[in-house]
Amino acid sequence: MSIRIDFDGQPLDGRDGQSIGGILLANGHRTWRTAGGAERGIFCGIGICQDCVVTVNGVEGVRACQRTACDGDRVEREVRA
Amino acid sequence: MSVRRIVVIGAGPAGLAAAASAARTGADVVIVDEGERVGGQFWRHHPAFTDQRLQHQLGRFRELESALAGVRVLSSASVWRVESGAPLRVHTLTGPVDGAQRQGETLEADAVVLATGAHDRVLPVPGWTLPGVTSAGAVQALAKRDGVALGTRTVVAGAGPFLLPVAQSIAILGGEVAEVVEAASIGTILRGWGARAWELTAAAGKAGELGSYVASLVKTRTPYRFGSAVTRIHGGSAVEAVTVQRIDSDWRPVAGTERTVECDAVALGHGFTPRLEAAIQFGCDITSDRFVRTDEQQLTSVAGVFAAGEITGIGGADAALAEGEIAGLAAAGIRASDPLLRAPVAARRRMRAFAARLATHAIRPGWTAWLDDDTIVCRCEEATKAAIAEYAAVSSRGMRLATRAGLGACQGRTCGRSVEDILGAPGGIDRRPVLSSVRIGELAAHRPTHPLIEEES
Amino acid sequence: MRIIVIGAGAVGAACALALTEAGAEVVVVDRVGVAGETSSRCEGNILVSDKEPGAEALMAIEANRAWRALAERLDGDRVPGQPATEFEAKGGIVVAFDGGADALQRFAATQRGIGIRADVLDEQALRAAEPHLASDIALGVHYPDDAQVQPSLATQAMLARARHLGAQLRITEVTGAVVEADRVRGVLTPTGRIDADAVVNCAGPWAGDAAALFGSTLDIRPRRGTILVTAPMPQRVFHKVYDADYVGAVGSGDAALQTSTVVESTPGGTVLIGSSRERVGFSDEGLLEPLAEIADKATRLFPFLRDTMLLRTYFGFRPYAPDHLPAIGPDARIAGLFHAAGHEGAGIGLAPTTGALIAHAVLGAQPPLDPTPFLPARATLQGVAA
Repeated sequence: MSIRIDFDGQPLDGRDGQSIGGILLANGHRTWRTAGGAERGIFCGIGICQDCVVTVNGVEGVRACQRTACDGDRVEREVRA
Repeated sequence: MSVRRIVVIGAGPAGLAAAASAARTGADVVIVDEGERVGGQFWRHHPAFTDQRLQHQLGRFRELESALAGVRVLSSASVWRVESGAPLRVHTLTGPVDGAQRQGETLEADAVVLATGAHDRVLPVPGWTLPGVTSAGAVQALAKRDGVALGTRTVVAGAGPFLLPVAQSIAILGGEVAEVVEAASIGTILRGWGARAWELTAAAGKAGELGSYVASLVKTRTPYRFGSAVTRIHGGSAVEAVTVQRIDSDWRPVAGTERTVECDAVALGHGFTPRLEAAIQFGCDITSDRFVRTDEQQLTSVAGVFAAGEITGIGGADAALAEGEIAGLAAAGIRASDPLLRAPVAARRRMRAFAARLATHAIRPGWTAWLDDDTIVCRCEEATKAAIAEYAAVSSRGMRLATRAGLGACQGRTCGRSVEDILGAPGGIDRRPVLSSVRIGELAAHRPTHPLIEEES
Repeated sequence: MRIIVIGAGAVGAACALALTEAGAEVVVVDRVGVAGETSSRCEGNILVSDKEPGAEALMAIEANRAWRALAERLDGDRVPGQPATEFEAKGGIVVAFDGGADALQRFAATQRGIGIRADVLDEQALRAAEPHLASDIALGVHYPDDAQVQPSLATQAMLARARHLGAQLRITEVTGAVVEADRVRGVLTPTGRIDADAVVNCAGPWAGDAAALFGSTLDIRPRRGTILVTAPMPQRVFHKVYDADYVGAVGSGDAALQTSTVVESTPGGTVLIGSSRERVGFSDEGLLEPLAEIADKATRLFPFLRDTMLLRTYFGFRPYAPDHLPAIGPDARIAGLFHAAGHEGAGIGLAPTTGALIAHAVLGAQPPLDPTPFLPARATLQGVAA
């Protein structure tokens, strides 16, 4: 079953059950966070490294690699400072 | 006699085996796991996405799954704090991963089985923060969980047999593995795995498994380099190539042996680090090798707390299954002499012979020679090797406060051991007052909720 | 003259610097390292806002002035191995809900009476200063002189300067004392004896144990505090913000848990949240209760914190004196033994002035204020039950 999420205003299609990180990757987004001027995305893939955190439906600090995407999720880049 | 209340933390092979064996004795069992489905890292199946060829020992998994019929399975649940004592307490938060306002619940138990597993140890390499570089485990997880590949041409590098299934999973998803780079030399591997070969003949199935990986690599004509390492990763805004170099037995790069390999993804895996935090918070003794100390019944130094799987020693799924089964029976009060324990104890002995050989691929201290001064070591706080080394003489707390290394979002889980290797000194055990992500409001709302089992009438 | 300073925390470092600059030969002894304990487990506060009129308030006013001068002096001329203090005159805002607003007004008025700047903020000014404060905050008072340093680095800075001027540092434990005819001759360590003409006890929460080594008594006990650190975020808190019940918590003699909200941002983007006080010896158990209570109270001041991710927590032990004043000066009985301990939560802030008072007590230098209220010989520190 197909679902759709919103990433920084852009609609992305994914499959029901995929993680937010998986959908971002499947749509060609390898990175979605800036740290020290460099771009980050998935690193450890199992919820340890915190590189992949995004803001989901207004809530900060969500690990994209662990969080299952729901249809209609609004995903935004994290803003640290 | 009242029913034993047992909480199993972690639903990978060790935890599932513990929950199943404990349930068989009639104990009241709750198994807690962060994932939405049980299985841990090893059985990261998704009903829709996981290619059958990526699934290992599926039969065993199905057996364990059905053995959970009488067990309360608490999925999507983070354990954020544990307390020793009588009863033991396990504080959980259930809800979407890192969601706000998750449901808090405190579980009380007569015994706890810790099966918290391990995560990849990834050594820093110049250029490792470029997009396209991940841990080897990430490649596996994305393949199994999401059916997604990170790149089109990947270099798989590091140490240990885990590189093999990682390379295979890339191939199964249709990606190209440019080469596999293993730190241990052929000589080391033959000595480490070949000696006293009779010890390994009982580890049946492993040879077949190895054969299937090797066959897959042969089929795709993937080069497998030994005694080598990725010592630099190149690219402007993403990975474009790596430098592969020979390394000596101390893992020190050998000058003049550099080769360039083009790729758009790098999967790094230098072994595994056990997730000891819950064990440490309980107060369990940790061995000098940095694993949880257990006796023959998988009992730790803390009354009622058992440990099984990777946290007692890296040994893979088969060792974890055997240890888990023993831990579950012991937690349920089954005596050491009981015939129920014979089979898993024998299995554990066999698999320990296999696990001991993994030391062949252990990290050697010369690796730090491939770091530049400005190589980022702490990814969260972008602390460089030079900054960390500058504070070698100050207390480890002083170093952390000055460089922020280990104080970022992942709290040193990724960089901790590497920082120790750079400083040449242990940083103290990984004491964390809060075991997983907790929001201030969830902490504020903390109230002990209903006990695990109602009072027996 | 050779002086041993026991303890390389902020107070020990400040004493070492003051004594060295006054010409003495100083040996600092600490069993962990520089800022190894309490001084690296706190926020580095230099406050006047939480002091009610009295001896400690006068000392805090003087210390606030002294820190500005010291930070400028240290940061302006750093020797190798000397970090910056990160002194920041951030300012503090004390807030009260409806039931506490009148008491806060009166308290601020008494503080103004002794020269502490305390400006009542009207509703508009309060919202402009701290836009994320809960809407039911009734009153805010701004204390522009509240400041801070990075406590570990500031301690390292003071000690680095002292060592540059000749002070020695030895990482070893003081296991015994050499006292002859009620006069200090030196200390004992696992590697041998260190002779001295005087010893200054800056052992913080362990100052009572240290005093006992010399056959003396000093009723200083640990008072545990915990702090929550959030994940980094865009800045939402602009001053040190305190709940007005902070003063009550500090001044309480109760051993049971006292909590009072203290919130501030750091340059790295994290938010530090305190505070708790408990007398549980040196225990590291039972931390959940103070952490949960701090979390609960903090979200009442700043509702956005409810959904903020906790990054880590830490705890430390304040040195608590039962009569709520630090002990600074000569021991009651043993000649050549001096104490500089018991600053409770104000150790960082009061450090330089403590150093000056010790230079007075040991070497006869000019004291910056009347040392009498702080003398260790006062009856209330001789082990009388609090």
